[in-house]
Amino acid sequence: MDPLSLFILLFTIFVLAIFVGFEIITKVPPTLHTPLMSGANAISGITIIGAILSAGHGAEGNPLTTYLGFAAVVFATLNVVGGFMVTNRMLSMFKKKG
Amino acid sequence: MNDALIKIAYLVASVLFIVGLKGLTHPRTAVRGNRLGAMGMFLAIVVTLVDQNVLTYQWIVAGIAIGTIVGAVLAIRIQMTAMPELVALFNGFGGVASALVAGGELVKGVPSGVPAIQFTIAAGLSGLIGAVTLTGSLMAFGKLRGDIGDAKYPGEQLVKLLVAAACVFCIVMIVMDPTNIMFYWYLMIAASILGILAVIGIGGADMPVVVSLLNSYSGIAAAATGFVISNIVLIVAGSLVGASGIILTMIMCKAMNRSLRNVLFGTWGDDVAGGGVVAGADEIYAGKVKQTSADELAMMLDGIQSMMIVPGYGLAVAQAQHTVRELADLLKSRGVDVKYAIHPVAGRMPGHMNVLLAEADVPYDDLLEMDTANPMFPQTDVALVLGANDVVNPMAREDPTSPIAGMPILDCDKARTVIIVKRSLSPGFAGIPNPLFALDNSLMFFGDAKQNMIDLVAALKEN
Repeated sequence: MDPLSLFILLFTIFVLAIFVGFEIITKVPPTLHTPLMSGANAISGITIIGAILSAGHGAEGNPLTTYLGFAAVVFATLNVVGGFMVTNRMLSMFKKKG
Repeated sequence: MNDALIKIAYLVASVLFIVGLKGLTHPRTAVRGNRLGAMGMFLAIVVTLVDQNVLTYQWIVAGIAIGTIVGAVLAIRIQMTAMPELVALFNGFGGVASALVAGGELVKGVPSGVPAIQFTIAAGLSGLIGAVTLTGSLMAFGKLRGDIGDAKYPGEQLVKLLVAAACVFCIVMIVMDPTNIMFYWYLMIAASILGILAVIGIGGADMPVVVSLLNSYSGIAAAATGFVISNIVLIVAGSLVGASGIILTMIMCKAMNRSLRNVLFGTWGDDVAGGGVVAGADEIYAGKVKQTSADELAMMLDGIQSMMIVPGYGLAVAQAQHTVRELADLLKSRGVDVKYAIHPVAGRMPGHMNVLLAEADVPYDDLLEMDTANPMFPQTDVALVLGANDVVNPMAREDPTSPIAGMPILDCDKARTVIIVKRSLSPGFAGIPNPLFALDNSLMFFGDAKQNMIDLVAALKEN
């Protein structure tokens, strides 16, 4: 695929995902807005994928990329693990009547 | 693993994120939804680990181990009242992770098969947004904890504008010559300063808006990083989070009756703290405020049919959630219909009050949104206001010159009797008196919310 087509493809996905996001999130009731925020926050830790690719790109490459990747893995993992766990903790407190 | 298989796994992860978020549209399916999201993340991480471009593992394993331990400890130990601080902190970490990844990719150099301009602009945006998210979130964290006060200084907007211009200049330099890495670090420094400056002038009461907006930024930074490494799952997940944060920001602004512009650059609160307010308060309250006691209330609550509890952040500060639920249970056992009316800004972040009440075992069916609760007040025997002030101020509805004019409020004043539990007649964040306290059908129950509720429950049991 030529570079421009790749960009257009990625951009298409970007725009469509924003629409999907708006459609779903507007249906989340106010009761769940805090867990929504912490859960969405955990999902934004997806940047860990890029962090892993940087941290593990090999001894041949630039060591600076490895170190930056390592720091990014730490922060992103914190975000992912902490985010999903605390969301789970909050959601399990929501109980039905009786 | 085969590149195509990895891409398909990323697609599955993206779908799991979407289905997971969809699960959050109802409390019944929410736990499962969150787990689906976590599964998507796990899948994405596992297939990335077997990617042929990953050659060494020691740094990855070390990073994941440290992040997992710290993240888990924070998630397990955090108090529910401190949730806004934790979410702010996590937003910042997500943002800086994206900025670091973009920096690492710039160091590697422009990859082939990608338009150079896509790579460089995306890296620049990721660095800018990521760094702003980090320092902005740390400022919000400090403000929510009360460690950092508000700082206003002359020429504030001009200074911000200059720093923002410096950021744009750095991005332009990166786009023109991606090998000149120094400009990326200059960008990180300038953007970090921008994040501090952007949040330092915003009042503590506006932090729900700031945290929501930074939540959105952390998503947008991840999406920008997706364009840097041409990765679809980053773009999808980042856009979802970006959209989510924007929606929550808009909801918060609407609930506070402010535009986003006004929150970010405004001076609301400065002009209402003057001396005229005190005189206004005397005029409104003089001779009209009626006090009540636990015994008197116990007698009054005997025989009512419906009660609407209106909690504000003061309730959480006093740690009175459990005692309030006890009161509600006691009244329910006597056939009273007890519900809770929750204003969108009742807590310190969107939906915060609901979490605090859920922690105290209040069933979620009893928690009513503002639009559901308001038509019910005229048929409600007793509205019990606990630690809320500005969000129940009828001036928002009646006085177009009031600083909170037009702000959506809970119409407690329309209930047959209003009981207000409060330490004193002191004003709320808006700094204005509340005529609700002086209404004919209002009774003030002065004191600490928790102690008052304990006394009231005891008096009811004796009665």
